[in-house]
Amino acid sequence: MSAAGNLRMRAAQEKKLREFVTPEGVDLQLRIASAALRLGALLIDLILIVLTLVLFTLLILWAGLASNSSIAVTVWLLGAFVLRTFWFIGFELGARAATPGKRLMGIRVVARDGGRLTADAVVARNLIRELELFLPLTMMGVGAAEDMVSGWTALAGVAWSLTLSLFLLFNRDRMRMGDLIAGTWVVMAKRAKLDRDIAADGGGVDAIRFTDAELAVYGIYELQELERVLRGADPRAMRDVADTIRGKIGRPVAEEDDVFLTSYYRQLKARLERGLLFGKRREDKYASE
Amino acid sequence: MGTARPTDAPGFSTSRFRAEREADWIAFDTLLGRLETRGAKALSSDELLQLPILYRATLSSLSIARATILDKALLDHLEGLAMRGYFLIYGVRETRLSRLRRFFLYDWPAAVRAVWKETLIIALIITLGALTSWSLVAHNPEWYYNFVPEEMAGGRDPRATVEFLRSTLGHGKAGGEDQGALHLFATFLFTHNSRVSIMSFALGFAFGVPTMMLEYYQGIGLGAMLAVFSAKGLGVDFGGWLFIHGTTELFAAALSGAAGLRIGIAVVFPGARSRLQAAAEAGRTAGKVMVGVILMLLAAGLLEGFGRQLITDTVMRYAIGSLMLAFWLAYFYIPRRENVA
Repeated sequence: MSAAGNLRMRAAQEKKLREFVTPEGVDLQLRIASAALRLGALLIDLILIVLTLVLFTLLILWAGLASNSSIAVTVWLLGAFVLRTFWFIGFELGARAATPGKRLMGIRVVARDGGRLTADAVVARNLIRELELFLPLTMMGVGAAEDMVSGWTALAGVAWSLTLSLFLLFNRDRMRMGDLIAGTWVVMAKRAKLDRDIAADGGGVDAIRFTDAELAVYGIYELQELERVLRGADPRAMRDVADTIRGKIGRPVAEEDDVFLTSYYRQLKARLERGLLFGKRREDKYASE
Repeated sequence: MGTARPTDAPGFSTSRFRAEREADWIAFDTLLGRLETRGAKALSSDELLQLPILYRATLSSLSIARATILDKALLDHLEGLAMRGYFLIYGVRETRLSRLRRFFLYDWPAAVRAVWKETLIIALIITLGALTSWSLVAHNPEWYYNFVPEEMAGGRDPRATVEFLRSTLGHGKAGGEDQGALHLFATFLFTHNSRVSIMSFALGFAFGVPTMMLEYYQGIGLGAMLAVFSAKGLGVDFGGWLFIHGTTELFAAALSGAAGLRIGIAVVFPGARSRLQAAAEAGRTAGKVMVGVILMLLAAGLLEGFGRQLITDTVMRYAIGSLMLAFWLAYFYIPRRENVA
C-alpha cells in the first residue's frame, strides 16, 4: 500500500465519523452505519416478521380456532399491518434502540442532536418507512395491473418513488427520509470485548532486544496491524509478517515467529507510546519521525 | 536518547494504566449488561448509585487512552463501553406504563392541538372536494363515473334503483352481508384506511402538496356518493350510514393530513431554524399525532365493520356518530393543565 493509499483510506474512515460530545466533554465519535448494513438489517427484520406471522398462523390452526378461513385471513391482514408498523417502533423504543436485525448488524438509532431518543421520533421515522418501502411496490403493482398508457409511465413512477427510498445513498449522513423527518441517525454500536493485553504476554520479559533504528521503521498503523495478526494467532499470517519485518530490519531467522513478533510489538508499542507522551503521533511508516 | 538504549519500562505504561482501572471497566460492563437485558429493576440502589461514577471513570479512561495508548482492542472496548453507557444513562428512564399514561393524558391531545391550523386547512380541503364533486354530479350525473372508479362503486351509481341503493345502506334484506365475515370487513377497512392515512402523512415532506391532493380526492369521492344518494331522496339515510363511523374516520383523515402538512410547511418555511432542524421538530409533533390517528382508525374500523352493520336505525347512527365526534372534540380541545414532568 502506498502513502497516498493509506492517506485516502484514513480520510474515508474519518468522513464517517461524527462528533458527538457528551455533557462531560468527551467526544464519542459516532460512526455512521453504511447503507449495506442498513439493508441487511431491514431484510433480517422483514424475514423475522414473516416468520412470526407464519408461526402465529400455525399456532391458531393448531388450536383449531380457524375452522373457517376468514379468521386466518383476518390474522394475516391485521397481523401483517400491526407487526409491520409496530415491530420497528417497539424494538427501537427499547434500551438498545435497535430492532433484532439492527442488533445483529451492530447498529442502533441515535437522536441527531445528542439528546435522548424520544418515542415520537421513533414513531415518525418508522411511519415514513411505509412510504419508502411500499410506494415503489405499489407503483410497480399499478404498472403491472393496468395496461397504462405505456410502460414508460410506470417506469417513471417507480424511478420517482425509488429516489425517495434510496434517499440515504444521496447524503453523507446516510439518512433515510424517515431519519430526516425524525431527526435521527443510525450509527455503529460496536461492542468489542476486553481482550487480553498482548504486551503483557510471557510476563512482559523481552527475549530479544531491538535497537532504536530497528524500531524506527514503523508507525501506528503498522503497529495496530501487527496487533491484529498477533490476536488472530494464525501461524501462516504470523510467518508472513515476521518474515517481512525481518527482511525490513535485516535480522536472520533465529527465533520462533510468535516470540519474535511479541517482542517486536512490545518494544515498538513502548517506543510509539513514549512518542505520544512527547506529543509526537506517527500515523504510519510514511510519516516522518 | 542513547542510540542502542534498550526500551526499559517507562514511568507510564499501558499495562500499569490498564491494571489500575480494569476493575472499573469490568464492573461497568456487567452493570450495563444487566441493565440492558432486565432494565433498572435488575440493579440494587447501591449499584444504581455506582453507575454514574463508573460511567465517568470509563469516560476519563477513554480520554487518557486516546491520548496515550495504542492498544487497538483496548481503545475499541472503551469506546464501545462509553457509548453504551452514555445512551443508557442519558436515555429515557421511564417505565412503559407511565409513558403510555403521559401519551394519552397529555402528549397526544397537545400534539393535536398544536396542529389545529393545519387541521382546519385539511378539513376545508376535504369539504371543498366534496362540494366540487357534489355540485358537478348533481348537475350532470355523468360526472360521477369520472370520480368514483367502477370497482369502488359496486353498482352504487346514478343508474341504480332506489331499492338497490337503500339495500346498500343496510336497510332491507338485500344487504347480503354475512354476519360471520364482519370482523374480516372491519379488519380490511382498518388496514386500508391506516395505510392511506400513513401515506398522506408520509407524503407531507414534499411541501405538503401530495397530502392536500390526497385529502381533496377523499372529499371528491364523498361528495359524488352523496350526490347520487340525495338525488334518489336517500340523503338523510346515507348521512346516517356515513356518520356513524365517518366522524371518527374523517377526523382521523384530517389529522393525518394535518400532520403531513405540518412537516411540509416546516420544510418550506423553516423560519430561523435550519430546514433539517425544522423538519425534525415538525416530524416529532406529527409522529405523536399519527400514533393517535392509527388508534382512531381502529375505532372507526370497528364502528364501520360492526356498528354500522348491526345498527340499521338512522337516528341511532346519527346519535352514535355525534357522540363520537363530541368525545374526540372534548378530548383534544378542552384545555387542561400541562404535564409538569
